[in-house]
Amino acid sequence: MPTTFRIKRFNPESESPQPYFQEYELETEQSDTVLDALIKIRESVDESLALRCSCRGAICGSCGMRINGHATLACKTKVVSLESPDGTVQVEPMNNMPVIKDLVTDMGGFWDKIRQVQPWLQPAGPKPDAEYIASPESMKHLTGVMGCIMCGACVSDCAALEVDHQFIGPAALAKAYRFVADPRDGASDSRLLALNTPGGMWDCTRCMECIEVCPKEVGAMDRIMDLRAKGIDHGIPSTCGSRHAEVFADLIEHKGRLDEPLLAMRTFGLKNIGQMLSFLPMTLRALVRGKLPRSGPLHRAIPGIDRIRRLFRHTRNLP
Amino acid sequence: MKYAFFPGCVSKGGCPELYQSVMQVYPQLGIELEEMTTASCTGAGVLQEKDLRLGDILNAHTLALAEQQGLPIMTICSTCQGVMSQANHRLKSNPEYLAEINRVLAEEGITYRGTTRVKHFIWILLEDIGEETILQHVKRPLTGLRAAPFYGCYLQRPREALGFDETPSRAKSLETVIDLLGAEVVDFPGKTRCCGLPLLTINQPNSLKMVAHHTSDAKEYGADLMVTPCPLCHLNLDGLQSKAAKQNGMEIDLPILHLPQLLGLAMGLEPKGLGLSRNLVATESVLEKIGIRV
Ligand code: SF4
Ligand code: SF4
Ligand code: FES
Repeated sequence: MPTTFRIKRFNPESESPQPYFQEYELETEQSDTVLDALIKIRESVDESLALRCSCRGAICGSCGMRINGHATLACKTKVVSLESPDGTVQVEPMNNMPVIKDLVTDMGGFWDKIRQVQPWLQPAGPKPDAEYIASPESMKHLTGVMGCIMCGACVSDCAALEVDHQFIGPAALAKAYRFVADPRDGASDSRLLALNTPGGMWDCTRCMECIEVCPKEVGAMDRIMDLRAKGIDHGIPSTCGSRHAEVFADLIEHKGRLDEPLLAMRTFGLKNIGQMLSFLPMTLRALVRGKLPRSGPLHRAIPGIDRIRRLFRHTRNLP
Repeated sequence: MKYAFFPGCVSKGGCPELYQSVMQVYPQLGIELEEMTTASCTGAGVLQEKDLRLGDILNAHTLALAEQQGLPIMTICSTCQGVMSQANHRLKSNPEYLAEINRVLAEEGITYRGTTRVKHFIWILLEDIGEETILQHVKRPLTGLRAAPFYGCYLQRPREALGFDETPSRAKSLETVIDLLGAEVVDFPGKTRCCGLPLLTINQPNSLKMVAHHTSDAKEYGADLMVTPCPLCHLNLDGLQSKAAKQNGMEIDLPILHLPQLLGLAMGLEPKGLGLSRNLVATESVLEKIGIRV
């Protein structure tokens, strides 16, 4: 089957290093993965094409790249499975990290962030004679996160990283969760505190890209939400992020629905009055357009609120 | 076609023009709605940050109410849709979990059997009403208008809970509707990305960077307007666009329309009834382009 590959090239050693697209026509087999095709191109058409791979079986995590706009493993993606309006397969290096050459990215920053969460067990209590033991049941919920192969796909497509490289990112946060939720680890509190800082767990915008692109179903964003819930449970100092979640829940309990102005006021609090006031121009424009949301006593609870409140109470009594 | 209508908090709060425009278009399309007045907020993924199970209990309650009515639910918000789809997916795919949630609902004498379907208005348009009927209602084709689609994360991900495997056309629903209404689709890279709203109170500069990035990008790709099925995206993309432009040293001024507003214009309805004067970024340029004098 003839396929056109549109590959983003970049050679730092050329006279004027600028990324550009180059097209290759290639005869592909039904069984070919995108990685197979790229290797064929390198071997028979253009030996200057740079890419990284090793296991060819979705284990080593080295062939992460963007295929038709989303990060994935090239060795796990069959060419025939790809749909594109003009039959072209577009291949680009991963986003949110520097490109070394063509499809090869610099993963240095990725590893720095993984190291930042201290990805090793920090057990509490006296040292046992042999290894630290955990029952299989108590570790079962961690099999998902432990399946991470560090391919960087989630980091590539992360919306928060795209606007802020300081954000620690999905892979490192999933790794942090792996230790926070390990029954043998004794450092959960300090780990959560470290993540309760700018660039930490509250800077995720919940876009779900990391869940969608992960080849191993790690579900990084879900783990970030677990970290947030644990942080609130462990009583970490409140931030705009944690207050937002707490006030939101409280408003639903009392009104059954959102009260947008009250949510903003209570989230920012007096400490962040400056931020609150920065919304004033927008609020005034909304007022002029007759769409300022009602708030406080003017925004009454939904009919049937008593049952919603009771559902909250029943939930509190659950184990 | 009758639905239990779940309007969502924002169409009753920050974006009343969404509710208003839905009220204008739906009766003409042969839809009947029964508004769910006693259902709570879905939690919008925010309550779920604190307690996922509590979110599932509240949504199971809503799903059970519709089940009692024997009606599918219609949403008009990507976030309401996504959050309810995800809760429904967890409940339907795990009988033990459903039983656990039902033990809580039982205290109120209710059960959720797991049969309710939840559909966003845009899916109802394409799957229940059908392309042919929509075309019959297009009285004022939006010829010459270039519209950039903006879905909202929750109407794109995760694909499994949203039923994309069974109904793959959902992935491109917005492009399909824009095309049916006679406008030109402006395909730009940001169409399935995050609007930044979830970060607004947590990290405002980052949130506004996303707004500036996507709206200016769409404009560069030649869009006259952006259209979204998500009022939460609308709050950020429309409401905070001028602030975002200022922060990033740009001039943007890209009108952001709710999906039913664009649909209503194509159906020949009056801009005023569709609440267009309530959008914060002025929409006059759009109206002029389709020959409505302002
Ligand atoms: S959900 Fe959060 S961590 Fe995951 S890709 Fe989006 S912003 Fe990044
Ligand atoms: S979480 Fe998934 S996408 Fe991210 S690095 Fe690990 S395996 Fe790759
Ligand atoms: S080559 Fe090892 S994961 Fe693809």
